[in-house]
Amino acid sequence: MSPRRTAFLAGVRAELPILLGVLPFGMIYGASALAAGLSPLMAQAMSVVVFAGSAQFVIVQLVAENVPPLVIGATAFIVNLRHLLYSASIAPYLRKLAARHRRLLAYLLTDEAYTVSIIHFQRQPDEPAPGWYLAGAGMALWTTWQLSTAAGIFLGASLPAWLPLDFALPLTFIALAVPAIRDRATVGAAITAGAVVLLARALPFGLGLLVAALAGVVAGMLIDGAKRTGPVVAEEEKV
Amino acid sequence: MWLWLTLIVVGILTYLQRLLFLGSGDDRPGDTLLRRGLRFVPASVLVALIVPDLLVVEGSLLISPANARLIAGLIAIVVAWRTRSILWTLLSGMATLLLLQALVAL
Repeated sequence: MSPRRTAFLAGVRAELPILLGVLPFGMIYGASALAAGLSPLMAQAMSVVVFAGSAQFVIVQLVAENVPPLVIGATAFIVNLRHLLYSASIAPYLRKLAARHRRLLAYLLTDEAYTVSIIHFQRQPDEPAPGWYLAGAGMALWTTWQLSTAAGIFLGASLPAWLPLDFALPLTFIALAVPAIRDRATVGAAITAGAVVLLARALPFGLGLLVAALAGVVAGMLIDGAKRTGPVVAEEEKV
Repeated sequence: MWLWLTLIVVGILTYLQRLLFLGSGDDRPGDTLLRRGLRFVPASVLVALIVPDLLVVEGSLLISPANARLIAGLIAIVVAWRTRSILWTLLSGMATLLLLQALVAL
């Protein structure tokens, strides 16, 4: 096998265990998008155009709450900011690729494809076809995401009414949030954001979420800063 | 119509966020303040989304065992922490909520 083919298939293989979790995630997205009042076409189009699970869930929730489009856009932008980090952290491994290939790969740079690819690149910095590895992981995810969205749209209407489908959203957010809270600074960010969102409930246009998220980020950075200047300088970030 | 426009704009912005450093060949976010802040975005946004869903019932704060979504959410948090699995978190949270709803209906 050519190194390209080997790398592509290795990327697909590394992505497989993650796809098991993505499958129900995509189905719940499709079903809750319809429950929130999106048309089937719009729900599927969002999976293609935005192609970012957590942002799509956030958009669905805000649409259900009749939040104005501008606030929806701003909130989705903030939720997606982490892609800047992925882009920066994976760029050194893909520097040798043609610019047009890098532009294509950027579309596939999701949480899931980034995670398996960066682990592989860090273990094997001399990977002969890194772009193909990311393409394999990214396309496996893309296909699964589109098909599971379609399945959710298709099955959503036939799910029984007593099933509290809207509760799937917060549960999904819990599953995503828990691994993101892993040290004192992120705990501080989480507690601050949770407290501020309750205090900011009266704010109009769904702005409470934005204010709370910013407060959480500031709190995290302050705690981080305090730690750095304190005596425990040894445990630096391992990014 | 507005919603379509929003989706397209969000899609373009998301792509540009993914492209920024990858496309330019620039390796690091120059602004370290931005970089340090980005680390806290997922936890902050997600918790701000979860908290009202668990604690606010019909517009007012309800911190009590009578709040079925709060109990189901707390169990889901423990399961998420132990298993790190979206699937198990969903199943445990949903099952708890259904069970509590059934108990209340009795």
